[in-house]
Amino acid sequence: MTLLQVLPMVFVLIELTLYTLLGGADLGTGVWQLLAGRGPRAARIRTYVYEAIGPIWEANHVWLIAVLTIMWTCYPGAFGDIASTLVVPLFIAGIGIVLRGTTYAMHGATRGPEDHREITTLFGLSSVLTPFALGAAVGAIASGRVPVGDQPGGYLTWLNPTSVLVGVLAVLVGAFLAAVQLTASADRQADWEMSRAFRRRALVSGLLAGAVALAGPFVARRDAPNLYTGLLHGDGRAAVVVSALAGLVALGLVLRRRAALARYAAALAIAALVAGWALAQSPQLLPGLTVAHAAAPRSALIGTTVAVIAGFVVVAPCLGLLFWLVLHGHFERVPRSSPAVGTARRPSGAARRRLAGASALTFVLGAVAVVFGTALWVQAAGVVLLLAALVGEFTAVGPGELADEDTLDGALTADIGAGRKLRMS
Amino acid sequence: MGGIGLTAVDQAYLDQARQMQALSFVVHIPLVCFGMAFPAMILFLEWRYLRTGDVVYRAVAQRWSRILVALFAVGVVTGTILSFEMGLLWPGFTATFGSVFGLGFAIEGFSFFLEAIFIGIYAYGWDRLSPRRHLASGVPIVITGVTGSFTVIAVNAWMQHPSGFSVRDGRVVDVNPVTALFANGFLAHEFVHMYLAAFMVAGFVLAGCYAVGRLRGRWTRYHRVALAVPVTAAAVAAPAQLVIGDWAARTVAADQPVKLASLEGLGATTAGAPEHLLGWYTDGQVRFGIAIPKLLSLLAYHNPDATVRGLDSFPGTDLPPVNVVRIAFQSMVGIGSALALLAVVFLFLRFRTGRLPRSDWFYQALAVAGPASVVALIAGWVTTEVGRQPWVVYGVMRTDEAVTGAREIPVGYGVLALTYLGVALAVVWLLRRLAGRPLPDLLPRPTPDATTGMGVR
Repeated sequence: MTLLQVLPMVFVLIELTLYTLLGGADLGTGVWQLLAGRGPRAARIRTYVYEAIGPIWEANHVWLIAVLTIMWTCYPGAFGDIASTLVVPLFIAGIGIVLRGTTYAMHGATRGPEDHREITTLFGLSSVLTPFALGAAVGAIASGRVPVGDQPGGYLTWLNPTSVLVGVLAVLVGAFLAAVQLTASADRQADWEMSRAFRRRALVSGLLAGAVALAGPFVARRDAPNLYTGLLHGDGRAAVVVSALAGLVALGLVLRRRAALARYAAALAIAALVAGWALAQSPQLLPGLTVAHAAAPRSALIGTTVAVIAGFVVVAPCLGLLFWLVLHGHFERVPRSSPAVGTARRPSGAARRRLAGASALTFVLGAVAVVFGTALWVQAAGVVLLLAALVGEFTAVGPGELADEDTLDGALTADIGAGRKLRMS
Repeated sequence: MGGIGLTAVDQAYLDQARQMQALSFVVHIPLVCFGMAFPAMILFLEWRYLRTGDVVYRAVAQRWSRILVALFAVGVVTGTILSFEMGLLWPGFTATFGSVFGLGFAIEGFSFFLEAIFIGIYAYGWDRLSPRRHLASGVPIVITGVTGSFTVIAVNAWMQHPSGFSVRDGRVVDVNPVTALFANGFLAHEFVHMYLAAFMVAGFVLAGCYAVGRLRGRWTRYHRVALAVPVTAAAVAAPAQLVIGDWAARTVAADQPVKLASLEGLGATTAGAPEHLLGWYTDGQVRFGIAIPKLLSLLAYHNPDATVRGLDSFPGTDLPPVNVVRIAFQSMVGIGSALALLAVVFLFLRFRTGRLPRSDWFYQALAVAGPASVVALIAGWVTTEVGRQPWVVYGVMRTDEAVTGAREIPVGYGVLALTYLGVALAVVWLLRRLAGRPLPDLLPRPTPDATTGMGVR
């Protein structure tokens, strides 16, 4: 087993952790929308949650896409086996993601979550369905239910005890993370009513998540003995202990009204849990198939590793910028009026026609090079000329001024057709 | 053609699996066009606002950025479904070739992520970031929209024209993902073709919406700006698309002769092959079509007497469904040519009269051009992908070797179709809601001024 064969799996686990943390918190907000109840207070809660998720939103599913792509690039055979056996839960998760993204987009066209409540309800239901189905798929892999080879799994095999447990845990963890984040956000805005409401929710969901996690070993002992041994007697033990302690610390911090800090403890608890699962079944990826054996050829592993590292170098500062803007409340500030900056000179009609003529000529030259060029460089030059011609033509048309010029000659109503009314705004 | 010696999967629902994949693409691709072209138009308007101080530009840009967010959110989730389906429907494809093409999707994932981050900053940053910073936060959206689609098209180009690996004993070895994806002879024309298509679709669809508005009497300066920008973008792209399309077809002629024969429905190998407009392919020839002598040879090889291989020179098992490919191709070319003609009319009138067209027929044509451009886009996709059949990786792996053995395909297909019907209705609903919102107050009030006439707004 070489480092190169394992490194992509480490990336997969990191991204799975980030999806659980960031995507989970995002999905968890849907749980609280769903459970807000009725009445004015529920409306207040829904509106608060709706406004708080703001710009972070659906982008978090990208972590999941990254997990899928790295899996199929670096462990293609195992990915094919997982996809064959777990087609049903993965498909359900996919539908859940579609419903959630669509209802999120629809929210953008409403006056908030109280306007068209059925959208909010569908948003909440899909926010429960998605993590449950994904957690169940993870549970099926962890309990060794995905055999090597293209083996159809059927409709119900994924609803086994371990899968159900992990699925429920995924929903609860998301709800907990969301509640902690919403408490911290309310604290920052000194919205004590929402802070109290979500601290209570964080405590309840945290305790429930803890209870389900504690039930894990008992379920695994009967249902997935290998996982049980790996987690409690093997390499996973240290990680399990760290996870449990970090979970307790997170709950304690919520209780002590330190929600902002509790987020980090909760993150550690989840990272340790994922690491514990990985260590417990290492070096096996699927029963009888080690990570090393499942790994793709060297060049693909190198390509992906370079791409992932380079990608992180670019993405991390940008993501940092977004989080900084959100977490420091830059998106909550009162709008400041932005001054008009400049006044540009309009090109004359003759100048426009000259530019249009030059662009047309460039277009013809480019077209000739693309159509009749045989050498690669001639064709490439042709494409460049064509694209330059497009930019030139667009500038020559000047769509902004074109819209003005229609008013300049004042014949606005006459051309629309006699007798037809203009709607004024 | 050989293949790598895999056996076909026992899957009674292969066609349903293909239709399910096709449905997912048909829903996703128009959204991709908006992801590629829409940010550039919005940024152009914001840049004009900063240069001129004209708040109408800003109002249009701000409005459109909300639509961009909604369409992007739907694009994210339909794109997620696609990456699920790569594994769920075609495990044989990902299992065998994931190491070759996966890199493309890894880079696309990062592009997508950056795009999402900056769309978040841009859409929420109006009035909250300084004008220059806000404009700057939009630039990465334009760039990542291009890089993301570039890598996905690289994967498609590889599927059309596979290279960068060899096959030994039924296993894929000597994998070189970089040359497979980026040194591919199909990448350049596919990418430029798609990029122009994005501007045509986004441009004509947007312009079509405002053209309908004008026919109903909504024609303030706000509406004129909102029509002029997309119609100009589409009008400059449409004529160029004919040139790029010609380039694409000649590459197909060189490397995928069976697809070229299907585009025309050329049964027997012919010197000086004609091209038929319309008609129906049956029994090795096109019936009821209008034949133009020697045109196919002329277009494909620049020689009116060149010999073009016919469908009967390929094994029957290697043929795509000819009529599907042929009709899709003719629809794409027909609509594309009509759009290019409309574009030339628009450009001619603009430089001749110095203003937007006056007559209703132009706006009626524009209203039709919106949906027509989407039809052409999908027809083009069908031409490329169905024309590749029965191969998933051209000449190497058949679609029936890639498909899953799972029995649940019809159920999944039904659920997905219903879900996407709901998504389509939801998108229509939300776009209508967004469009129905009153325009912001910041638009200047009409002033009885010498240069603006009566100032009817």
